[in-house]
Amino acid sequence: MGFFWTIVVLVVALAVAWRYLGAYMVAVYEGRVHFFGFLERPIYRALGTSPEKEQNWKRYGASMIIFTGVSLLVTYALLRIQGHIGLFNPQHLSAVPSPLAFNTDISFITNTNWQNYGGETTMSYFSQIGALTVQQFMSAAVGMAVAVALIRGFARKESATIGNFWVDAVRGALYVLLPIAFVAGLIFVGQGAVQTLAGPAHIHDALNGVAQTIALGPVGFMEAIKQLGTNGGGFFNANSAHPFENPTGLTNLLSIVLLLCIPFAFTYVFGKMVGSLRQGIAVLVAMVALFGVWVGFTAYAEHQPNPAVAAAGQVHQPTGNTTGKEVRFGDTSSALFGVSSTMTSTGSADAAYDSFNPMGGFGLLTGMMLGEVSPGGVGSGMYTILLFAIIAVFIGGLMIGRTPEYLGKKIQAREVKLAGLGVLVMPIVVLVLTAIAVSTAAGRAGPLNAGPHGFSEILYAMTSQGNNNGSAFGGLTGDTNFYNIVGSIAMLLGRFAIMIPVLALAGALAAKNVVPHSLGTFKTDNTMFIGLLLGVIIIVGGLTFFPALALGPIVEQLSKGHFYGTGLIGPFISHLTAGRLF
Amino acid sequence: MLLTQLRRAVVLAVIAFVFVFVYALVGTGLSQLLFKDQASGSITANGSTMIGQSWSGTKWFHGRPDSDDPLSANGTAGESGATNLGPRSKTLVVDTRKLIEAWHKVGVNPTSDLVTTSGSGLDPDITPADAIAQIPMIVRSRGVTSAQLQSLIARETHSAQFGFLGSPYIVVLQLNEALASLR
Repeated sequence: MGFFWTIVVLVVALAVAWRYLGAYMVAVYEGRVHFFGFLERPIYRALGTSPEKEQNWKRYGASMIIFTGVSLLVTYALLRIQGHIGLFNPQHLSAVPSPLAFNTDISFITNTNWQNYGGETTMSYFSQIGALTVQQFMSAAVGMAVAVALIRGFARKESATIGNFWVDAVRGALYVLLPIAFVAGLIFVGQGAVQTLAGPAHIHDALNGVAQTIALGPVGFMEAIKQLGTNGGGFFNANSAHPFENPTGLTNLLSIVLLLCIPFAFTYVFGKMVGSLRQGIAVLVAMVALFGVWVGFTAYAEHQPNPAVAAAGQVHQPTGNTTGKEVRFGDTSSALFGVSSTMTSTGSADAAYDSFNPMGGFGLLTGMMLGEVSPGGVGSGMYTILLFAIIAVFIGGLMIGRTPEYLGKKIQAREVKLAGLGVLVMPIVVLVLTAIAVSTAAGRAGPLNAGPHGFSEILYAMTSQGNNNGSAFGGLTGDTNFYNIVGSIAMLLGRFAIMIPVLALAGALAAKNVVPHSLGTFKTDNTMFIGLLLGVIIIVGGLTFFPALALGPIVEQLSKGHFYGTGLIGPFISHLTAGRLF
Repeated sequence: MLLTQLRRAVVLAVIAFVFVFVYALVGTGLSQLLFKDQASGSITANGSTMIGQSWSGTKWFHGRPDSDDPLSANGTAGESGATNLGPRSKTLVVDTRKLIEAWHKVGVNPTSDLVTTSGSGLDPDITPADAIAQIPMIVRSRGVTSAQLQSLIARETHSAQFGFLGSPYIVVLQLNEALASLR
């Protein structure tokens, strides 16, 4: 019953966010919001630019790459000199080792927030704020800017420019992310998230004679932008399962609302900016359909007993799979959180995803494999689903033998190639890197769990990083040279090998004129189109990843009564090929 | 052209750094002003009500079987986190079996929360059913009546937030503080 009302409140909150946050974001990116003008104008002056100075796609893309490159260097430097900065380092933590700093750096500038470190034992408060939280704001603002640039490509006619990167990034951060995060941060702290610069607290409990050292820090306000910017990188190792990051049922629901609100609202921005809200609603319906099915599936899976716990004798598990879950959230809300986090590019976790039931883990893994489009990360979800939409109208066009159009723009060879490239990069990166990891000793040394679950841990890691998600099957030991480097490659390709085709597409579309609407125009705001779009998303995801999924969660679900204790995935795979599994 | 972009990138990186520090520090100031207690860790005389502790022996209600005390050898705070054992892990079967046996030895028929570890490794809460399951153990060790414990548990049960977020829960530390003042 509680779960039902949770869903009702979530739907209402998101509907309000879709309508009003969406309208607000349109106003922000069209330059009609000025309440921080006294900050905004000096920033443009310092940057030597202004909203009137628009860029073509190449210059827009170059600005984005150069800004990200500078952020990369600054963040790396800050992590490496952590020990020498006297400020905000009460635990006197020393420099982050270089391979780990490199991986963490790339992880945060790409909006991934994959974490090969335990926050409370690795990062000083200074690094958490100055290196990581800064990138949680800016990588989100960059993703939103790229999505807005693509939407402008559809909205404009015969235009050489697609906006100004610097202006878009500043507006997104200043007007959308900063105020919402600030208010949400206060709510987190009010509920019990910590926000202090003091060092760890030392506890002595006279009742049980226990002594504890409790890590504290400036957590609540990082938590707010971690969710709102679909970042996911938490202050503590346990992420949103930690009571100081996510103290109550309310903050759990707030987290889910925060990480979903901007991605869903982007469909409103899209509809409004292209001049037909129905077009935005069509995309929204496709997103909601996928999201709803995945939540239902995963919540059902997690409400089932944990097979290992049942085999140990605890057959009666009325509260579902409790392994790795917190009492204050429970099974279904943890599943809802997990799906919200993996179907956006957030990757935060209020439970141990590694301990989810086989089909619960399947839900999370496939949520990412669909390309994170339902609703996807801030900005990245919107531009990725638009790539799928282009493929969908192309296929529709092939079937009726007409040059496809989307929103009045002719979709020609160049557009289809760019969209195809953007859609295929992720599966290629994920599958090739997974194959490399399972065929090398360094890769096989990673998993904690044996058997198919060990394979799932590797597949999950590559899927998560290739999609800039950042969640993990946490048993994998990621802080090795192999995983630090391979993961960095996955994150960079997963981000920029998609963003650059998207910007090229924005440029190509903006330059086109609009074809007048005719009787033969393929409609893209009706059920037929939504079905076609869903089909493309599912087929691309399903067909490409099915063999890999069959080796991981599917085999795990089917191997009833088998428990894997020794040997990593090497023996498991030879076991499989010998046909002796069942 | 390239130099201009580079200069802009550096300037924006510096501005972002300054803004986020202001965000975090103003946030900290305001939090300490408005919610001093929560912002500092909800710490009470015997520990934080937000962070689980190890309760050993048969005289106290136990929380989740986490390695609750994040204390590493040198006295600094250790790392939070889960066991990450998968749903078909032989280790998980063996560990859980040991926990079940341990509960049976003290006369408790455990609920699943009592034999599974949490996501943070610091779960401060149990459900009322988890507490009720431990009543026989406490009755035997402390010589109190089952009815006394029933009402104690009822008193310490927090209802789900706003009636629907999560399920009813008990903070183990508060329950044991109440237990200590019983009699």
